[in-house]
Amino acid sequence: MAFKLTYKPFGERAILIEWPQKIDKSVLKDILLYKEKIQIYNTDFFLDLRVAYNSLLVIYKNSINNFSVEVSKLKDIYLQNSVITRTIFRKWKIPVCYDETFGLDLEFISKEKNISKANIIKRHSQAIYTVYFIGFLPGFLYLGGLDEILHTPRKPSPRLRIEKGAVAIGGNQTGIYPNESPGGWNIIGNAPINFFDVSKSSPCFAMAGDSIQFYPVTLDEYHHIKTLVEAGVYQIESEVFDD
Amino acid sequence: MIKVLKPGFYSTIQDLGRIGFQQFGVPYSGVMDRKAATVANALLGNDESDAVIEMTMTGATFQFSTNTFIAISGADMSPKLNNQAIQCNKMVAVKFNDVLSFGKLNTGFRCYLAVLGGFNTEIVMNSKSMYKNITEQSVIKKDDDLMIFKDSITNISHHASIRFNTDYINSNIIEVHRGPEFYFLSENQQKALFATDFSISKDNNRMAYQMEETFQNNLKPIITSAVLPGTVQLTPSGKLIVLMRDCQTTGGYPRVLQLTESAINIIAQKFTGNTIRFKLIPQN
Repeated sequence: MAFKLTYKPFGERAILIEWPQKIDKSVLKDILLYKEKIQIYNTDFFLDLRVAYNSLLVIYKNSINNFSVEVSKLKDIYLQNSVITRTIFRKWKIPVCYDETFGLDLEFISKEKNISKANIIKRHSQAIYTVYFIGFLPGFLYLGGLDEILHTPRKPSPRLRIEKGAVAIGGNQTGIYPNESPGGWNIIGNAPINFFDVSKSSPCFAMAGDSIQFYPVTLDEYHHIKTLVEAGVYQIESEVFDD
Repeated sequence: MIKVLKPGFYSTIQDLGRIGFQQFGVPYSGVMDRKAATVANALLGNDESDAVIEMTMTGATFQFSTNTFIAISGADMSPKLNNQAIQCNKMVAVKFNDVLSFGKLNTGFRCYLAVLGGFNTEIVMNSKSMYKNITEQSVIKKDDDLMIFKDSITNISHHASIRFNTDYINSNIIEVHRGPEFYFLSENQQKALFATDFSISKDNNRMAYQMEETFQNNLKPIITSAVLPGTVQLTPSGKLIVLMRDCQTTGGYPRVLQLTESAINIIAQKFTGNTIRFKLIPQN
């Protein structure tokens, strides 16, 4: 499907390509396909290609001499129907301990929504989330697909310190804090996994277009997994996944 | 090796930053004032990507355990070698046990120290730029021993000097392009952006500079999208935020302006209370 795209200059060295203003998997797929076409076309000109919900930022190595010339080149690339070497997307299974030790705001959400904690956990862990992109903090996954019943506004004043691995809900989004940081989202659990590993050339296991599913673990299982992660021997379960 | 006797207010190792890891949410980082850092390296015949020390507001004190050459550029922090004043923007010979210190801040806010051959510190994701949770250290600390590439230089071969106009440090004209959401502003708002003197609030650091003045804003947040160093965001409360080298990779506030590369260098030399004015320049 071809979308109606807009092209805007973004400083001296970048062009911002925008899709319709909606958060949708079909938009994400189109962005990723376009990104791949640009990469195949020529990587010499481009410093970086950055995906977000409904945009692709094309950053050039040098200043752009003529914006409209570059835009028409990009438009030609978009319309190309050449065979694309398809990226393989995976679904990652992420253990989450929803125990009250971690789930600081489970009680609050349960009262607010008048649903049991067990129901919150069930709804949060049965959904399959799409990784739209990584941003905000190193290793922070922007996930789409949170059950509407779980949508919860951000806290009026942020906590100064949220633990690494905290699984949280902010508005219509859910996410995991990859490192200790301040934050205003509602904390419902903790994942004993590294979402960002500086020692790896590809520091995040997941990428835009992948999927995530959470599964509940007990406090004992949490500590067991954490030990394996710290020893560097834990393998995150995953499967090839394309829906 | 160079020993840190006093770290100063906020000193970090920086190079030209991390490129290509933004898809993982990693900030670019790198020297705030690229022009000054480039000059300091060039004076020594270094590569422009060699790591330097960036000092903010107050300088650090160092003791050298080697003979080498240094160059200092950017903010004038009254550099002294063994308590004798030395010049900025000039190659200076340093001997074993010499102590480099800084005094009064005369101009600018960020000062760069380059050493012959560059600093040989930890590399993470192709860069030595310090950043919390990426590099082991996020600032340099007292008693750190900073490794350099070329220890034990004995022969003094040349006295490099470069004609370097430092006027930009005192300039308050910040050249910008229109940002992706500029046209969502009313005509009056657009005019006001370029007719207002904005002053730098106390919230200014390597991530962002927030302006003190409140700007009338009725724009809705945008769907989270990419931002760059130099992106000017307009918050729901009407504050303008100029993103700097350590900024996050994405954001949800409207992006009303985008600083030119050289304007980022200028604002990097500004601090709380300084005023700036945005000036629109044509897009290619």
